[in-house]
Amino acid sequence: MASPSSTSIKAQADRRRVRVRASLGRRHLVEWLFRGAGLTAIVIALGMVVGLFWIMISKGLPAFTQATLSAEVTFDPDIITAGPPPVRESGQSEADYRAARMAWEGQVARLNWNALVEQAVRNTAPAGMEVDRRTALALVSNIDRHNLRDMFVANPHLLGRTVKVDLLASANTDNWLKGTINRDLPDSRQQLSAATRQLADALYADGKIRFTFAWQIFTNTDSRSAPAAAGLAGAFVGSLYMMLIVIVLAVPIGAASAIYLEEFAPKNRFTDFIEVNINNLAAVPSIVFGLLGAAVFIRYFGLPMSAPIVGGLVLTLMTLPTIIIATRSALRAVPMSLRQAALGIGASHNQTVFHHVLPVTFPAILTASIIGVAQALGETAPLLLIGMNAFVAAIPATPFDKSTALPAQIFLWQGNENRNFFEARTSAAIMVLLALMITLNALAIFLRTRLERRV
Amino acid sequence: MTSSHPSDAQAVSASSSARDAALHDVGATKPVLANPLTEKDETVRSPDLETREYRLQARDVCVFYGEKQALFDVSLDVPEKAVTSLIGPSGCGKTTFLRCINRMNDTIEGCRVTGKITLDGEDIYDPSLDVVELRSRVGMVFQKPNPFPKSIYENVAYGPRIHGLARSRTEMDEIVEASLKRAGLWSEVKDRLRESGTGLSGGQQQRLCIARAIAVSPEVILMDEPCSALDPIATAVIEELIDELRAHYTIIIVTHSMQQAARVSQKTAFFHLGKLIEEGPTEVIMQTPRHKKTQDYITGRIG
Ligand SMILES: Nc1ncnc2c1ncn2[C@@H]1O[C@H](COP(=O)(O)OP(=O)(O)OP(=O)(O)O)[C@@H](O)[C@H]1O
Ligand SMILES: [Mg+2]
Repeated sequence: MASPSSTSIKAQADRRRVRVRASLGRRHLVEWLFRGAGLTAIVIALGMVVGLFWIMISKGLPAFTQATLSAEVTFDPDIITAGPPPVRESGQSEADYRAARMAWEGQVARLNWNALVEQAVRNTAPAGMEVDRRTALALVSNIDRHNLRDMFVANPHLLGRTVKVDLLASANTDNWLKGTINRDLPDSRQQLSAATRQLADALYADGKIRFTFAWQIFTNTDSRSAPAAAGLAGAFVGSLYMMLIVIVLAVPIGAASAIYLEEFAPKNRFTDFIEVNINNLAAVPSIVFGLLGAAVFIRYFGLPMSAPIVGGLVLTLMTLPTIIIATRSALRAVPMSLRQAALGIGASHNQTVFHHVLPVTFPAILTASIIGVAQALGETAPLLLIGMNAFVAAIPATPFDKSTALPAQIFLWQGNENRNFFEARTSAAIMVLLALMITLNALAIFLRTRLERRV
Repeated sequence: MTSSHPSDAQAVSASSSARDAALHDVGATKPVLANPLTEKDETVRSPDLETREYRLQARDVCVFYGEKQALFDVSLDVPEKAVTSLIGPSGCGKTTFLRCINRMNDTIEGCRVTGKITLDGEDIYDPSLDVVELRSRVGMVFQKPNPFPKSIYENVAYGPRIHGLARSRTEMDEIVEASLKRAGLWSEVKDRLRESGTGLSGGQQQRLCIARAIAVSPEVILMDEPCSALDPIATAVIEELIDELRAHYTIIIVTHSMQQAARVSQKTAFFHLGKLIEEGPTEVIMQTPRHKKTQDYITGRIG
């Protein structure tokens, strides 16, 4: 057909195609620009994360090994003069025996254990090397005498015997051997005397000092007198208590409030007011929660300072809005058709919510809770205001005991005067905290995918 | 749709002889009785299915969504153990009317219903009436299949369980099996009852929703365009099913297909702009509508 109308239609179609093509170029360009920008943003973000992890790991990894001296320790009867431990005699009451035992242990504690350490270092030193008292004691950590004492108390038969014991080298020795202190600095600016440095090098060359895994990071509490033995155990347990308190309080209260507000509460000005304030609460700086905790829980309710119970309560208040908001938006995302399906066969409102709406939102609530808890775990500012940055040298037995928390411990170590040693320790602590966070988030992802597959 | 002749529709389902039989049966049993017009309002009322009982009656029902009125003085008698279809152009208030009958409108914010709807003489909007009980008596199948994201078995068993209809596990199994059989789904799902209901095809899901609705043995079943998302084969299966269900239940179905209304229903009500324009036996509405608008609609001039 070559009628005029068909040619004009063809011309019209051609013009249309030209116009579409012209706009096509622009549209594709916009799309490419957007994709490029997105990709750049992701690359930058990833680069920063990788950089952060790289710095953290390269700094923190050396802290997981520590210089250890394997020494021959003689439990010399000339030094250990406390005699054999008391034996419970027939007819002696339990209390009397205990008292005798306590007296003996006190006696043991007052012995000159440093002399034992000194002797052990001297015996291990290369033949012909003069080792004086100060040189010997500077080489190893302050913790070693306590460890030897504990060994003896646990096993008094060691008296008079010589055994191989791994003594923890001091933080300064560790620095020197790891090279975290500049070896070319003049004597006046070195932490160790020339004699101790020489001894350390000689023992290292002999293979008597080795680098072993630093278990004390996980088993010991913080320590000022023996920095080489400082560990995270106290802070870890403190954080664990707080986490438990947040899980036990914030998750059920948060989820219940969200369910009530979203599903049952009448929609009126009062509930609108509450909603606005919950959103505001989520935006309150965390340090303000710390002030509130200090004023309310410590001043008013008289709860102890520096205790995980107060920290847990403060972090609960902080986590609540996060969980409430996430749960409400999850509930709101449930399609109307699911509610109608349940109501349509005569399920009550309550049954609709608990049998149908909640099960499908459960994975989202769980994820929100775990992420909220993980956030709380990393929170530092409010803890500083309730005294959880105090130096505590014991693992808290209950949430009411004094304790620190992992982030507060990081803060404390970061400020320690023995920078050379604690820089690595701080990074190691950060690695532990990050590992805990990543574990929690992985758990969230795992549970979510598992539960979502089930429904 | 330009043709209202039922034979068009029959061609679609010609593959099934059972279905043909069912369709003929519809024609054969349809009681057409001449009756005086009830000129109570503007609505054109045709000679009706007077021999039947009307346990479900709507009188002067108006529905408002906020300020906007969606239904104007609708009065309709729904014959028992028969299929009543609601037809009319989009937005005329069919779904709104259907939702009044099991008070699903209660769940919509700002929705207000006036007038009177009685089931067995009882006003269903009476404040003393328990809406949960009402919905156990008036089941609903929605336009879009909406099975629970649970197992097929659980989908069907849920209603009987919450209403306490099964006293034992075996009794529940029987209810589930009977409901699925009646919904024509049993043979397809009997080996996968533990699998999720959302994993079924669209048509199977819709039949599962029907099974779910009939598992609680309601007296009335409301169906809102149950076949709108289905292919002709699945549609035919559901139509056949509706025809079988008619023996036990009072059914109200919303449909956009004249052929479907002709095939499955005994009574038809035509809505337009929120008003009930004309109602009567299906073949009267289809073949000799009295009202101009009805005529225009079924011949495809409005819609
Ligand atoms: N939830 C609602 N809120 C406000 N207005 C509504 C609501 N639901 C329906 N309407 C209005 O009420 C009128 C009737 O709607 P309805 O859903 O009953 O129509 P319908 O006949 O079912 O249409 P369709 O065939 O397209 O499903 C329409 O004008 C619609 O806009
Ligand atoms: Mg509708």
